[in-house]
Amino acid sequence: MSDHELSRRDFIKVTTGIVGGLIGAVIGLPAIYYLIDPALREGGKDAWIPIGKLENMEIGKPYPFSFTRVMVNGWERTASSFGGYALRKSEDPNDILILSSRCTHLACTVNWNEEADAYLCPCHDAKFSREGEVLDGPPPRALDRYTEFRLTEDGSLEIFFSENKKTG
Amino acid sequence: MWKKIYEWLDERLGLNAMYTNLLDRPEPRGNWWNTLGSASLFLFVLQGLTGIFLTVYYTPSPDHAYDSITYIMEGVAFGWLIRGIHHWGATLMVVVVFIHMLRVFVTASFKYPRELTWLIGIGLFLTTLGMGFTGYLLPWNQRAFWATTVGTQIAGTAPLVGEFILKALRGGPDLSALTLQRFFSGHIWMLPAALAGLIGVHLYLIIRHGESYYPNKED
Repeated sequence: MSDHELSRRDFIKVTTGIVGGLIGAVIGLPAIYYLIDPALREGGKDAWIPIGKLENMEIGKPYPFSFTRVMVNGWERTASSFGGYALRKSEDPNDILILSSRCTHLACTVNWNEEADAYLCPCHDAKFSREGEVLDGPPPRALDRYTEFRLTEDGSLEIFFSENKKTG
Repeated sequence: MWKKIYEWLDERLGLNAMYTNLLDRPEPRGNWWNTLGSASLFLFVLQGLTGIFLTVYYTPSPDHAYDSITYIMEGVAFGWLIRGIHHWGATLMVVVVFIHMLRVFVTASFKYPRELTWLIGIGLFLTTLGMGFTGYLLPWNQRAFWATTVGTQIAGTAPLVGEFILKALRGGPDLSALTLQRFFSGHIWMLPAALAGLIGVHLYLIIRHGESYYPNKED
């Protein structure tokens, strides 16, 4: 047998390798897709969410609000809670600062503390000012703001909430 | 470069010796019937891999088992493929293991010095049936529910210990969340662990004794 000819043994080896590789690819590649599938999905819908009546919001005092969104995750509907604080800065109904209560550090929920005159995060002692600026602690940036809001005719304040971005 | 890395590893792990002993063993003259053991091993690995992937989405609770499987089939990319392979692979594995057993019987390969290989093979066959029995319940549909009701009821007809066996299998007098949970545990941990251990010994014995020659006229 010359060097160019494939021996029976080598033929079997090569065939086994190719068939094995094919089976591996046919099962392996879909399996990877199967595994990462949830990460490739877009989030839910956008919506206008009423957070309270404007007349109930005292000027200069953060007004807490919260709402839940129900999302379908796999075979189950999961309710997720979101919240924040609306701060009227003057009589002007459009002069409102709406902050998300989701800490910019690692996503715990911050609470308004009247005595400290700040938003405090229970997880890693983050401290944000009335305007949401970082005063102390590890957060990398100020609290997120819901910049899109509107007043309905009956005087309730609504924010635009996008599930894809998690904040407004 | 690669050759040097390979040599370094071979010197420590003995890769060449392993290859020669495991995959380059001398074999007696045989035919395709002799490949069924390897086919069984391949199916075991395939069932293991697809099974591991199925646990990513499956949940063994009466409230969600059925919904989670519907989700695997319709919601997840290639879920139908992974579950399809596991579903048909299970049937195929029982068939292949059984034909493998028949081949060993017909060619008298269970005789000295391979009696132990044969006995362990019986254990492997029964464990494979156990895998089929426990896996059948997991979709938690009508067919699964009643098949397990009947299957455990049959086990319950054993004299004296029947009722105890029935309760032990079901985790109580009736089929319940406990039944589903313990069948799941058996299906993904206990039986596969037993299978893997028995397969290890089975393979060791095959390599130790080599494959048997087919009997000739004098035998």
